[in-house]
Amino acid sequence: MRIELQKRPVPSRLFAVLSPFIALGLTLVAGAILFIALGKNPFDALYSFFIEPLTEVWSIHELTVKAAPLILIAVGLSVCYRSNNWNIGAEGQFIMGGILGSLVPILLPGFQTWLTLPLMLVLGMIGGAAWGAIPAYLKTRFNTNEILTSLMLVYIAQLYLDWLARGVLRDPNGNNFPGSIRFPDAAQLPEIMPSQGSAHYGIVLALLAAVIIWFMLRYTLNGFEIKVLGANPRAGRFAGFSQNRMVYFSFLLSGALAGLAGITEVSGAIGQLRETISPGYGFTAIIVAFLGRLNPLGAIAAGFMLALTYLGGEAAQMTLGVSDKVGRVFQGLLLFFVLGCDTLINYRVRLVWRKATATAGGQA
Amino acid sequence: MDIAQNILLTIMTAATPLLIAAIGELVVERSGVLNLGVEGMMVIGAVCGFAATALSGSPWIGILAAVGAGAVFSLLFGVLTLSLAANQVATGLSLTLLGLGLSGMIGEAFVGSAGIKLASIQIPGLTEIPLVGRLVFGQDPIFYFSLILTGGVAWFLFRTRAGLTLRAIGDNHASAHALGINVLKIRYLAVMFGGACAGLAGAHLSLVYTPQWVENMTAGRGWIALALVVFASWRPWRVLGGAYLFGAVSIGQLHAQALGFGIPSQFLSALPYVATIVVLVIISRDRRLTLMNTPASLGQPFVPDR
Repeated sequence: MRIELQKRPVPSRLFAVLSPFIALGLTLVAGAILFIALGKNPFDALYSFFIEPLTEVWSIHELTVKAAPLILIAVGLSVCYRSNNWNIGAEGQFIMGGILGSLVPILLPGFQTWLTLPLMLVLGMIGGAAWGAIPAYLKTRFNTNEILTSLMLVYIAQLYLDWLARGVLRDPNGNNFPGSIRFPDAAQLPEIMPSQGSAHYGIVLALLAAVIIWFMLRYTLNGFEIKVLGANPRAGRFAGFSQNRMVYFSFLLSGALAGLAGITEVSGAIGQLRETISPGYGFTAIIVAFLGRLNPLGAIAAGFMLALTYLGGEAAQMTLGVSDKVGRVFQGLLLFFVLGCDTLINYRVRLVWRKATATAGGQA
Repeated sequence: MDIAQNILLTIMTAATPLLIAAIGELVVERSGVLNLGVEGMMVIGAVCGFAATALSGSPWIGILAAVGAGAVFSLLFGVLTLSLAANQVATGLSLTLLGLGLSGMIGEAFVGSAGIKLASIQIPGLTEIPLVGRLVFGQDPIFYFSLILTGGVAWFLFRTRAGLTLRAIGDNHASAHALGINVLKIRYLAVMFGGACAGLAGAHLSLVYTPQWVENMTAGRGWIALALVVFASWRPWRVLGGAYLFGAVSIGQLHAQALGFGIPSQFLSALPYVATIVVLVIISRDRRLTLMNTPASLGQPFVPDR
């Protein structure tokens, strides 16, 4: 059997809309097969994975807590990937944002005014942007591949955070447990409806960021520049757009948003700086960006979808006794199917069962 | 002086998985395909090697399972990027994410269970030679294979017709196609070779270097292997040099941790990653040289016209 691709004259609008849904469907089928292989009833399993978390108010709150960082990061990554800048180190930028923003309540615990929280958020963005600026600088100045440098910086950031949380920033009265002091109330991102659940204002920030960036991409010259330089760098150069400036812009923006996600996670969901602050949000957000078809508004829907895989993993572990790692398998499968289905947008796909005879370019 | 031999031994053991994975990726990239899934294939190899060894009792069966699993896993990448012309960077990333998740699930039953170590070679009379005996005659079989692999790939790429064909595809897939070469078929074979090598590298981790299963035990080695290929300008013997350099850095930092020096262990643990960045910067600084060495079709999808 052979797969034959035929370029479409124009990208298919139908499949541009349909492909994420086809990918979701295929992921569910693959998931059902996976659960059968694990000896579970696939319908029960998929129910407790994808539906059950949506039936309780507290767990919908929990969903927004998980979706907020994913959406924030994915919106920035969408801009990056559209302009052909491969920032895969959002996890590191997330951590550095969390660290820098946390310095306010840890070093100045007495500083508790209405300014505390905004200052933390701004510092978080600066921390993430600064960490993102490193691969951008190395790419523009030394032509160094940004994929590898941004990823290496993740490991460095993780180790740095580990050192801080166990060392200089550790709570002196914390019985030698790693982790900083608990943040005072003024330094915690408030919950939206404290009586009902844990959802904090991070999700509002995320939705706001998505809409703003969507507007920028669609209606501003800057957004046009991003798309042109991503689709055809040569054409972009002729139009006078600077490639180097775009590298910086996309890395600083995505770094800042990842940093913002980091500090909202620390101040909204955790309440102190710990030795690990992310269950891999920076990497999962890559999947969110692609599932949202690199569109900030798409990232909102995709962010909730992927947040569900985190919750579903926990739920499936409790009710079915399957490993919570299943959630991560789902995430990986989903990205696979999304990328595969995107082929349908630009190509007609035909399965050829017989060996074609006398075609150009012989069969070796 | 035996201390020196021991340190050299550990450096070589630490370098071997990097070398094998990087040599595999080198062949893939020489054929014009960029597979960023090395980390994922490696961790799949590590868990399958460990699991098959634990179930069968034989590390050799574990190695076969790891090699097979790596190759099969790489086929996922092959179908997407070659047959469906998907974006290679994104697909490679998804291979890594899926590999890390899947290995965690497969390995859950084996966390904490004692591993079986692949025995080192013992040649009576030769292995006991002081200073060099164990270095030359007393290492694990995969180490010796990694040297043969490096030499074999160097010979294949630069001394055989098939190797020339593979490099031609990597430099200009359209011309190679026009000459009647089956571009996708050869790329499929290259991708699977890379997967098999990454699987073997993973098996070396879980059967020789630290004979146990720990989640995410590859700890970025797959990414370092990718960096090594760039560092080596896509030349096999330079990969060997680079791998030993990185082995030395990671063993050096372990010894420094043991000795103390008052430097926090996290800073020393970060050294291999910092070294990777520094080396990448140095090697890619000369834009012209990089352009000359990089396979010209690297990362670009190819759809044959009919």
